[in-house]
Amino acid sequence: MASKAQMTSKSAAAIDRARAQGRAALIAYLPAGYPSVEESIAAGIAAARNGADLIEIGIPYSDPVMDGQVIQAATTEALANGFRVSQVFDVVAGITSQTDAAVLVMTYWNPVVRMGVDEFSRRLAEAGGAGLITPDLIPDEAAEWMEASDKYGLDRVFLVAPSSTAERMQRTVDASRGFVYAVSIMGVTGARSSVSTAAKDVVAAAHAAGAERVCVGLGVSNADQVREIAAYAEGVIVGTALVKTLGDGGVDAVAALTKDLSTGLSPEEA
Amino acid sequence: MVDAPSADNNAAEAFLQGGSLRHAPGPYFGSYGGRWMPESLIAALDELEETFNKAKDDPEFRAQIADLNKNYSGRPSLLTEAKRFSEHAGGVRVFLKREDLNHTGSHKINNVLGQALLAKRMGKTRVIAETGAGQHGVASATAAALLGLECVVYMGAEDCRRQALNVARMELLGATVIPVTSGSQTLKDAINDALRDWVANVHNTHYLLGTAAGAHPFPAMVRYFHEVIGEEARAQILEQVGRLPDAVCACIGGGSNAIGIFHGFLDDPSVRIYGFEAGGDGVDTGRHAATITLGKPGVLHGARSYLMQDDDGQTIESHSISAGLDYPGVGPEHSYLSDIGRVSYEPITDSEAMEAFRLLCRTEGIIPAIESSHALAGAIKVGQRLAAEDTGTAKDKIVIVNLSGRGDKDVATAAEWFDLLDKDSAESEIGKEGEQL
Repeated sequence: MASKAQMTSKSAAAIDRARAQGRAALIAYLPAGYPSVEESIAAGIAAARNGADLIEIGIPYSDPVMDGQVIQAATTEALANGFRVSQVFDVVAGITSQTDAAVLVMTYWNPVVRMGVDEFSRRLAEAGGAGLITPDLIPDEAAEWMEASDKYGLDRVFLVAPSSTAERMQRTVDASRGFVYAVSIMGVTGARSSVSTAAKDVVAAAHAAGAERVCVGLGVSNADQVREIAAYAEGVIVGTALVKTLGDGGVDAVAALTKDLSTGLSPEEA
Repeated sequence: MVDAPSADNNAAEAFLQGGSLRHAPGPYFGSYGGRWMPESLIAALDELEETFNKAKDDPEFRAQIADLNKNYSGRPSLLTEAKRFSEHAGGVRVFLKREDLNHTGSHKINNVLGQALLAKRMGKTRVIAETGAGQHGVASATAAALLGLECVVYMGAEDCRRQALNVARMELLGATVIPVTSGSQTLKDAINDALRDWVANVHNTHYLLGTAAGAHPFPAMVRYFHEVIGEEARAQILEQVGRLPDAVCACIGGGSNAIGIFHGFLDDPSVRIYGFEAGGDGVDTGRHAATITLGKPGVLHGARSYLMQDDDGQTIESHSISAGLDYPGVGPEHSYLSDIGRVSYEPITDSEAMEAFRLLCRTEGIIPAIESSHALAGAIKVGQRLAAEDTGTAKDKIVIVNLSGRGDKDVATAAEWFDLLDKDSAESEIGKEGEQL
């Protein structure tokens, strides 16, 4: 763990800034190129200026097996509108140049493989990106990414799930940098009326394995759920609810929802 | 990226020096295979791998498989010499491995019975499956009915509409068919939705994947259940003609029938092995499913393998007259066997396949699946090449073709292709939409 601590992590720094304010961090997911490249930048900036500490920019992909219908529909629309993978760097740069938020990219692995892991990493770092969240890349297959993320100083956020064994939990926590993404439920992305009780157990297991920062995602859509998770995790990830809001009400609606979600981050406001 | 690491060359070298290519256990075949999957599913893959490894060493499990193969599927399938068809293949002797005679009409039954038994061993009560036009869905529904498992089949919405009879067939067998409306609404999207179901229901559900692709242990496991094809074929040709064939031919979509028959001959250097991909309208038209011929290595549905993809790594939609070959990926072991040069992969166009289809109907009285017709068209080419070689006469050359399925399901498509239907008939309307099982 010592070597990890020495490498600067933009994600860890953003989470620690929130922690210094006595609250959990808010991570807002938005797809690149939805509804357009310009609007996805504007939405990211709006989220960052209204309470999001980290922004997670998703790369639209043809086969998003971990995503539910709302995000699938948004990314399918982005692809239909001609989104190209290299534009994700424009989105990242557009947000990092205007805000202090740490900006990560969430991507299925094949677009990275196609561009070349090193090339992708270099360009992400140049754009000011913090690192990658990789829903279909496990540490077992990540040798190339481990090397490139070290070379360019990028965070590598792997996922842990309620089904992860103690052995896999340890391996994944050890391989991660920045934070560990705890999947709250066995399922795909999408707003749910309540957050699974499994989430708390996953976070506890990740902490026990040595993770200093664990953020919970999948199914979180309102301030009450944010408050519930903020009590035991270092960060809360909201995706589907923001994407739906962006589609329905545009950038201003994203700003409003982010502001509302952020009210759940501090225990004293509960 | 580096696509041909030294591991591949080492394996190729080892094979040339007498090493074995059989029973490759995975997870990697050279640089292909692996587990490019969400962490949520890794525990289930581990459980499946462990269950499978124990089962294949368990005499009771092997006896169960042998009993079902013999008394339910009707194995061993015949090896039939196609004498009149052979005249069109340069005059070499062509033998057909008759997987079309299995229960449900194709090789698919071998795999679904094996996996359904594993599901029971794991205490799972529900199986899910993807299907393109219905072949694997019907086989899965069959195995589920036989073994008392709940069965849910994911199928593209458009396929459901044009394959209404197959949807009915699966429902008759007790399965629930869920139309898939996401993405391109094709087979790959049916797999995506099956994976989404699996993530949410993995506690009681086994994903009965239909081909030798996907994350480890699926490629090696599906191959294992199909190895019986190659073992039987090898023993049958030795018994019937007293020697090994000069060539073995099979069609490739995901590649499960092919890997099954190839496996019996991988370690026989004298046997040339050919896989025939769907060339669609032609590989230069962009409308095809020739994954190995034109694809580039990438990761999809859990494995690193050749993949039809654009410059951004987005999956490209495939096209083929044969629904069973209409998939933009391919099993990882095939990618490996191609790279090391053990198996030759070539495209066959829709037109070539349909000519071979008609030829087998008229020369042998066997209606082949359009999938298998790609292997037949390839065998014609291979036969003609063998006949043109200097060594021996054509009649001394032997080619085995894996006739992976029967073509009853393809009658409407074929009738439309050959313009056999009255323009105003209902069948003509169906045929335009590509009616297939």
